[in-house]
Amino acid sequence: MEAAKIERGGMARPATAVPAIRFDGVRVAFLMEGGAFTAVERAELDVADGEFVAIVGPTGCGKSTLLNAAAGLLSPSAGKVEIFGTPLKELNRQAGYLFQTESLFPWKTAIENVAIGLEVIGVSRVKARARAQEWLKRVGLAAFADRYPHMLSGGQRKRVGLAQVLIRDPKILLMDEPFGPLDAQTRQIMGNLLLDLWSADRKAVLFVTHDLEEAIALSDRVVIMSAGPAAKIIGDWRVNLSRPRDTAEIRLDDTFHRLHKEIWHTMKDEVMKGYAQAGGGG
Amino acid sequence: MSRTTLILLQLLVAAVAILSWHFLTTIPYSDGKPLVPPFFFSTPLDVVARIHKWFSEGTIWRHLWITLTEAALAFVIGSIAGVLVGFWFARQPRVAAVFDPYVKMANALPRIVLAPIFTLWFGLGILSKVALGVTLVFFIVFFNVYQGVKEVSPTVLANARMLGMNERQLMRHVYWPSALSWMFSSLHTSVGFAVVGAVVGEYLGSAAGLGYLILQAESTFDIAGVFAGMFVLSVFVIVIDMLVTVVEKRLLVWRPVSAETQK
Repeated sequence: MEAAKIERGGMARPATAVPAIRFDGVRVAFLMEGGAFTAVERAELDVADGEFVAIVGPTGCGKSTLLNAAAGLLSPSAGKVEIFGTPLKELNRQAGYLFQTESLFPWKTAIENVAIGLEVIGVSRVKARARAQEWLKRVGLAAFADRYPHMLSGGQRKRVGLAQVLIRDPKILLMDEPFGPLDAQTRQIMGNLLLDLWSADRKAVLFVTHDLEEAIALSDRVVIMSAGPAAKIIGDWRVNLSRPRDTAEIRLDDTFHRLHKEIWHTMKDEVMKGYAQAGGGG
Repeated sequence: MSRTTLILLQLLVAAVAILSWHFLTTIPYSDGKPLVPPFFFSTPLDVVARIHKWFSEGTIWRHLWITLTEAALAFVIGSIAGVLVGFWFARQPRVAAVFDPYVKMANALPRIVLAPIFTLWFGLGILSKVALGVTLVFFIVFFNVYQGVKEVSPTVLANARMLGMNERQLMRHVYWPSALSWMFSSLHTSVGFAVVGAVVGEYLGSAAGLGYLILQAESTFDIAGVFAGMFVLSVFVIVIDMLVTVVEKRLLVWRPVSAETQK
């Protein structure tokens, strides 16, 4: 495996192309009883087109908040989010979002769930169905088209979710701990599936996770956030591990270990802070 | 417990109940009179004879048909109104807030006191019974649809919006199925109340129907007729309830059911 060059440091801004996502001084504060609660403070981050960026941080640090700002599901209290150079005003129409919790329509079968993304933009039912069947095949669920979500396992539901998002061919993929509820083996299989699908047309990916190993195994860059409230981005590492990767095997690589050790060194204190704030580890 | 044992035990309960009723009302106890006077409690054989007479002479069908029509109309009208208003209130929180105290007031009112007014307004025919049933069905459907629209999972909703759905598509693909599933889950209750509305309405003043039949028997101290009427009414409700179960199973296939392990 190629020796990786580890770059420490600042918010490297590639001078070349327009970034797919740019967080420019983004601050998100929520109004709550007894005053405002600042979730994210002055976030500066660029995700280049075709880049796979993972955000890692302790529990409750505002990773998902940042992702929702990129999706346009919530608007920043200060600063701005730019998508391919255009300030984001409403929902991000160029992004697909894979949620952490159950997001499939329980009253639709797997194939209906996948096809709906095309049907809403006016593709005919027959065509949408045909494309959906192709996508189900691609995520390994060709035989499960007529099952309702509750008849599928957690991993299978995530596959349907992946197909549902990707069938619309979004330029940006936002993922909020998508494999969080799955068991360890299924997560690795899903990671490989994700990389496999991603390598076909390299969308820009912003992948939120609390699992550092998963972040390194999947991404081109790992961004670390401090413990909340008022979480900041406190580190940015480039992962120079060669592709294609196998998310299970890559964990045995020396470079992986060095990188993991270095990032963990920075993260550890923040994780402890996060736990202390969450009420003493739990 | 196996299915056969269960059915045998259920039959046993009926047999014990009917046999004790039979012996208590027919076997002489003291002075040649039975322990339980048949004048007040009738006897199982009399009741069976009465039911047999009703069906063999065919007089019962008209009453059954009237009650069924009333209940069906009350169910359909109450459901449509409940769905429309439920949707309207759930999507327009201001309207809901304005009407909230009045909805609560109307629902708190025991509907039976409306029956005489409906008889005044709509006469002794089926309309007054339908109106009473509608006031019962409407609130059940209304509250369920309102809840169903309100309680759509925020993640599913966010997902729908991220998939590019506009307001109309959200309505069709998210709110509507969710509201329907809540409505169907209350189907047994609302169908039951439609029948209650019809029968109570008939009981309070009418010229036909199962409620009328029971009332007629009561006013002539014809206890066999009362029991026969009650028995026909329960079977009628059970048959309707079984039909509802069949419909429900077809409409809610996507719902998880707790699986039984193989034995």
